[in-house]
Amino acid sequence: MRYTKRGRLRFTSHRDFQRAFERALRRAGVPMAYSAGFTPHPKVSYANAAPTGTASEAEYLEIALAARRDPGELRAALDASLPTGLDIVDVVEARTADFAERLNASVWELRLDGVEPEAAAKAVGMFLAADSVEVRRQTKRGMRAFDARSAVVALEAVAAPADRGGSGPDGPVSHPCAILRLVVRHLTPAVRPDDVLSGLRATADLAPPVPAAVTRLAQGPLDESGTVPDPFAPDRDAAEAALTGAAGQQAAAAPGITG
Amino acid sequence: MPVESVFPRLEALLPHVQKPIQYVGGELNSTVKDWDSCDVRWALMYPDAYEVGLPNQGVMILYEVLNEREGVLAERTYSVWPDLEKLMREHGVPQFTVDAHRPVAAFDLFGVSFSTELGYTNLLTALDLAGIPLDAAARTVDHPVVVAGGHAAFNPEPIAEFIDCAVVGDGEQAVLEITRITREWKDEGRPGGREELLLRLARTGGVYVPAFYDVEYLPDGRIARVAPNRPRVPWRVAKHTVMDLDAWPYPKQPLVPLAETVHERMSVEIFRGCTRGCRFCQAGMITRPVRERSITGIGEMVDKGLAATGFEEVGLLSLSSADHSEIGDITKGLADRYEEDKIGLSLPSTRVDAFNIDLANELTRNGRRSGLTFAPEGGSERIRKVINKMVSEEDLIRTVATAYGNGWRQVKLYFMCGLPTETDDDVLQIAELATRVIAKGREVSGSNDIRCTVSIGGFVPKPHTPFQWAPQLSAEETDARLAKLRDAIRADKRYGRSIGFRYHDGKPGIVEGLLSRGDRRVGAVIRAVYEAGGRFDGWREFFSYEQWMRCAAAALEPLGVDVDWYTTRERGHEEVLPWDHLDSGLDKDWLWDDWQDALDETEVEDCRWTPCFDCGVCPQMGTSIEIGPTGKKLLPLSVVKAGSPGGNGG
Repeated sequence: MRYTKRGRLRFTSHRDFQRAFERALRRAGVPMAYSAGFTPHPKVSYANAAPTGTASEAEYLEIALAARRDPGELRAALDASLPTGLDIVDVVEARTADFAERLNASVWELRLDGVEPEAAAKAVGMFLAADSVEVRRQTKRGMRAFDARSAVVALEAVAAPADRGGSGPDGPVSHPCAILRLVVRHLTPAVRPDDVLSGLRATADLAPPVPAAVTRLAQGPLDESGTVPDPFAPDRDAAEAALTGAAGQQAAAAPGITG
Repeated sequence: MPVESVFPRLEALLPHVQKPIQYVGGELNSTVKDWDSCDVRWALMYPDAYEVGLPNQGVMILYEVLNEREGVLAERTYSVWPDLEKLMREHGVPQFTVDAHRPVAAFDLFGVSFSTELGYTNLLTALDLAGIPLDAAARTVDHPVVVAGGHAAFNPEPIAEFIDCAVVGDGEQAVLEITRITREWKDEGRPGGREELLLRLARTGGVYVPAFYDVEYLPDGRIARVAPNRPRVPWRVAKHTVMDLDAWPYPKQPLVPLAETVHERMSVEIFRGCTRGCRFCQAGMITRPVRERSITGIGEMVDKGLAATGFEEVGLLSLSSADHSEIGDITKGLADRYEEDKIGLSLPSTRVDAFNIDLANELTRNGRRSGLTFAPEGGSERIRKVINKMVSEEDLIRTVATAYGNGWRQVKLYFMCGLPTETDDDVLQIAELATRVIAKGREVSGSNDIRCTVSIGGFVPKPHTPFQWAPQLSAEETDARLAKLRDAIRADKRYGRSIGFRYHDGKPGIVEGLLSRGDRRVGAVIRAVYEAGGRFDGWREFFSYEQWMRCAAAALEPLGVDVDWYTTRERGHEEVLPWDHLDSGLDKDWLWDDWQDALDETEVEDCRWTPCFDCGVCPQMGTSIEIGPTGKKLLPLSVVKAGSPGGNGG
């Protein structure tokens, strides 16, 4: 399933989302497969959750069902059961293995209110020109330094639409606004948009006056051209092939449902 | 007048604060109504952090009762943590509701529910952040009317100068009556301003407006009299009592937050009120009589509530849940119904003498068998007679033996320290009791791997109870007694390692005592503590005893009273108590007699199964006991089994 974290619900932490999603499964009457054990849990696996406070158009999870369901109906039922902003936007039946390993890269949009697009473009140039950009981040095991440059596949300043106003804590800001588009490879440690912003500050002294509004636009495999295609494509192809096959042979045995 | 959302300005602050999700609203089953199509608008507050306030049943019920009405709007607000408070002050962002992020000052009514007095400083923070003058006297016709409710409102005198009015008792009908009066006054063009609205409320006899009462003091500091200072304002203000709980099945659509909160379950109030007569228990005294929800009413609420929330646990709430006349059929019926859905059941308050193993088995059938909790409250048989908690040591030992024998490994026992007439010996007997519990547990379970946890805190005498006259034990004596108990438990090497000891020191209890039995003069202390930065007094990491004592000394000394005068002083029969003009229905002479019975170690029965003992509530309030059994059973639901997406499940 692909789902979103939009608008004010981008402040949902991953833990919060998990609880909300599992309750939505119950409300929607989804026939869940449960783990064995003393306290059975519904089988759900989540991939690469976006950090609290960042929006996303492309979060992914997998669920295991105890009975077969139509993906379209499942999507509609779960989406209706979740609050607006946490929206289930795409569901496919898993027909291939290792879905999570297909999520190799993310495309992010960073809106920098109060930053001149020219200044942003210049900073991006300096960042990309560097071989490595060391940044620091507080992790559970203390302050950690790592390179933010090598994971960055692409970074560009794109023109902001003229009507795109923003808000600061003291009221609406009529302002310059820069928008960055970032493609980043999933590595360990993960390089987040915040780390790239730290890198821009370190290399080019770019310091947005208000927090950047960050949205994940896509996740998926990274192809040679640096684009990130739909990670569901192999499952869709397999479904189509099965359908074509079934049309010829009547009832083909359903493939197993993976979770 | 259009009211703008403060969210765009708040949003820019949220990346800098802890747990921002608690400020964004959007909970499942929350309601945002159009501002301009409503003519009476309530902001409802639980004056603690969101994680504590969101699950509060009182606020949830009133929120739904109000929003169901045409033309009425209710939104919720909670205390913001100090990190956000600081940023809001820096950027001039006012106290807001989480539903539509409207500024609290824009509402007609600002209802604040106090479960505990430790929320008073948070009230002041919220008023100040909202831009509402702290002093009720300084408010204009355009400020919201600040209404206090909840159990602490049974003595609202310490916050009298900060609130416009208080409502005592059940809120469901009271908020609708206040709404009706406010609407009429607004329709008429707000004649006579704020004073006129408050007068109309006060003259119903069910809304207390502190400004309409003068308090006179005796030279020794006691109250001489409390008298109304406006015509047709009653001498006493009556509590509200909702009868027929089945007619009020709220919350129908419980709120489901995205943020983690203290109670993650679907709660159903299975009855209101309690007549067990425990003398320390304010809740039991002020919520009489017992009114049961029927087994079928409960079944319907659980069914609809689970479908609306997706919760995995059902809490059957009341002051003593095992006392419901059909508790056995309720728990068995629910456990049968939801066995396949893995829905757990819990009874948060269970008396030792009402517990039985069938009940416990039903409760744990679909869930865990982790621990059982009982509250003997007093360590010795003698002190349990004093407090009228009629649980014998034999009852307790028999009950825990059954529990350990049926696979439970952990029993938690709650006690109080500092009960009237208590001596060191009464408290030290807790150690002996815990030892007997462990010995019996090892015997029946055949295992050394069992535990008993003793949890104990200081007793705070409360208004409208037989102990309202009692001296509170000082913090030092409380701590000394607890230390002796701890040493006694640890001294016995054979059992000590199986007994856990958790205690709350005596200091917060003294502040709670000051606020519980305080009068209007205590308001100056609350204000001083707030101004010195006091916030979230129910939280150990924020509470400062030293600050409270410092502020109390400075504020009270000129008035000739002090903290001891309010807490450790025993009151006499003739003394006018600060809350005497708030009528809980309890007859003051009956309370006094019950206090004398306590001192004589005489117990009193429960009027549900013995004749009336004339506490006064039913005749005074025109109410009566409403209990089963109805003889009905919970039928299995005609199940279109969960499955078809979009269906409602079971």
